[in-house]
Amino acid sequence: MEQFAPVKKKDGQPVRYLVVDDSVFARKNLARMIESFGGQLAGEAGDGCTAITEYDRTTPDIVLMDITMPQMEGIEAAERIVRTHPNARIVMVSSVGYQDNIVAALQRGARHFVQKPVKPEVLYEVIKYVMGEDAAVTTAAGAGS
Amino acid sequence: MRMELIQPFINAADAVLADSLECPTSIGSLSMEEEAYRRKGVAALIAVTGDIEGRIIFDVDPHTAMRVASRFAGEELPKSEELMRETVCELANQVIGNAVTSLNDQGFRFRVHPPEVHTSEKGDKSSEDTEALVISIETSKGKVFMNVAMRYNQAHEQQAAVTRG
Repeated sequence: MEQFAPVKKKDGQPVRYLVVDDSVFARKNLARMIESFGGQLAGEAGDGCTAITEYDRTTPDIVLMDITMPQMEGIEAAERIVRTHPNARIVMVSSVGYQDNIVAALQRGARHFVQKPVKPEVLYEVIKYVMGEDAAVTTAAGAGS
Repeated sequence: MRMELIQPFINAADAVLADSLECPTSIGSLSMEEEAYRRKGVAALIAVTGDIEGRIIFDVDPHTAMRVASRFAGEELPKSEELMRETVCELANQVIGNAVTSLNDQGFRFRVHPPEVHTSEKGDKSSEDTEALVISIETSKGKVFMNVAMRYNQAHEQQAAVTRG
């Protein structure tokens, strides 16, 4: 997989991610992308309920959240997380990318939407956008750019 | 079954498989299936409810499933039944999700349910009002079959007619 210039937090620490998807395969694929962005996997969850408890436990910088999942769907989980943690950065990652779904997710607190199959270069740009001024692209030596 | 319901699935399968396998794909054959569905490889079933209802079975040759899994892992993976099932479920999820997105843009509203591994050797027979169409997709890395059995939801259609007056 292509390597990207690492995106680090202001303090030089890697961005920490919580990956939520009912597919182990999809989680592994996203974890590989995160690694190629210089990020760190803080936790994983396979449904919305577990995502909420994992968020409280790991307090990640970004959540990558699937929508169609058993028990509790991603949009509801995102809403519940944002209700408790208003600054949570949640990016919905779903194959179902129609406008109603995107609008519903954004209205309930998600910051962005990426459609599957996920292209690493698209996710990378979204991560930079969502992290905003709290992160910077660094050179391999770690200097900010 | 109307072709307008099928075309988005063919387009989505073509796009997702070409991306996942990194090889050209082509539609091999389309046929109506009257007998019960016979599983050919590793299969996942996704149910759809709403203006259109039914199910799609996504059936992938085990060797092809392992190739997709290995490509996403970035390394050659040892053959694993669980990994193959996971891979096929996620591929099905992506294909059906993309197709549903396209149909939604045409005004249809529905819900996609999480994929389930289809373990039976034979599935239910299709009925007169829910014909199944089998689409064979040829790739240089193996064959993929998609069995689509869907129909317009009559209750939704009647409600829409009442709303239209």
